[in-house]
Amino acid sequence: MSADALGPAPLGPAAPVGPASTVGPGPSGESAGAGRGGALRDRLALGLQAPICLTWELTYACNLACVHCLSSSGRRDPGELSPAEARSVVDQLAAMQVFYVNVGGGEPMLRPDFFDLVDYAVGHGVGVKFSTNGTRLTGAAARRLAAMDYVDAQVSIDGATAATNDAVRGPGSWRAARRAMDLLAGSGFGTFKISVVVTRHNVAELDALAEMAGQYGAQLRVTRLRPSGRGADVWGDLHPTAEQQRIVYQWLRDHPEVLTGDSFFHLSALGEPLEGLNLCGAGRVVCLVDPVGDVYACPFVIDERFRAGNVRQPGGFRAVWLESERFAELRRPQSAGACASCGSYDACRGGCLAAKFFTGAPLDGPDPECVLGHGALGHGALPLPSGVGSAIGHSRVDRQGRRLPGPIPVRWREAAGS
Amino acid sequence: MTGPPAFDPGRPWRLHPRVALREEPFGALAYHYDNRRLVFLKAPRLVELLRALERFETAGEAVAAVVDPGARSGYEQALSRLAAAQVIDVR
Repeated sequence: MSADALGPAPLGPAAPVGPASTVGPGPSGESAGAGRGGALRDRLALGLQAPICLTWELTYACNLACVHCLSSSGRRDPGELSPAEARSVVDQLAAMQVFYVNVGGGEPMLRPDFFDLVDYAVGHGVGVKFSTNGTRLTGAAARRLAAMDYVDAQVSIDGATAATNDAVRGPGSWRAARRAMDLLAGSGFGTFKISVVVTRHNVAELDALAEMAGQYGAQLRVTRLRPSGRGADVWGDLHPTAEQQRIVYQWLRDHPEVLTGDSFFHLSALGEPLEGLNLCGAGRVVCLVDPVGDVYACPFVIDERFRAGNVRQPGGFRAVWLESERFAELRRPQSAGACASCGSYDACRGGCLAAKFFTGAPLDGPDPECVLGHGALGHGALPLPSGVGSAIGHSRVDRQGRRLPGPIPVRWREAAGS
Repeated sequence: MTGPPAFDPGRPWRLHPRVALREEPFGALAYHYDNRRLVFLKAPRLVELLRALERFETAGEAVAAVVDPGARSGYEQALSRLAAAQVIDVR
């Protein structure tokens, strides 16, 4: 998230919380969060009354099988929140004044009550920003979304070309995403987002992706590939090289209009900080609610060891957010650990919890992709150690229960249905 | 394209009707449902001032009622930035 100092608009672009600024009666040059050692950042690290930004995966069901899926989605979980339970979650979020939720999955549009739930949330003052692979979008659906008061849509695509994208997201998925973008653009939806996970194979296509966004009048959003879920299987092959990380850093510095979800703060050790709080928000300003109602500290760590509770428990989400010991632990002042002696710790804060967790690195040590070479990659400690991946997964399996390899093609009859 | 009107403490202001405030230990979060900007309000007194605006004929009177004399110019500058961000508007 961005929390640049004080300026009125245009404030730095940002997600997950969107553009943000700070205003206080203090001197206007005071840095609040962006940059280094902001006092506000320190306070946010101690936690808030409610998350600023909550990721809600509506379903583990997905008609694609992207190789890097961080929630290992595919099969619907039989314990998925019912429509009534999902509406009750919205009621709880509204009561806590969670201003909006980032809705994903799985493919959220595969939930039969998707539109009802979005309507219900928006009607209760909880805005919806949802991520979709676009396969289920129709002209009618796009018009319905366009008519809603407070809905943002982002279409996932992982390459400027079908070849680059489809290798990761499955044959036909590039065409499906472009078709969805065409429908949104033609429906009067307004500005939508194009969401890209940066990989070794699409770094060179960032300019072309920005151009694609420009042609639609859309906003480009790029996020970091994490070794979460099935991402652990492909991380070694897909994560950007050290040289590419420097390219991405400079490209982001040159394109402050591109949204990042604050996901590249580990790159800030390369020089001037990137837009955003440069803070791991896990359990402090962000969290995840998964399709069965489990609450996790980090949207990228669906793992028992970071599960804080369930919305079905007495007290619901509020009790989990305010009382969970898991969250309390993350809100206590963190040790810089092995990073304490590095002059860049204040810039990168040791990097990403998920990246460390799923590569088996100590959580109080450097990010595996530490740009100064202090992480596991710098020591050549790949491939990933076995056994650190999450046991929670919903990948498609064959009759023997073995996970099906590779991405699957878009089934067009399904995609073209209403 | 014209921006929002500049802040004038002699005029009547209010919290923008599409802005929600959520109180936090450091002050509050203000969220604008139209432009979807989030603003961290870094002082509880500033939050009190925003809520008070509507009760006074002018913003200046609200500041005088809520803020100690020595601190008023800082709060008026904060209101000016909040006007530019459309967190407050002229009523």
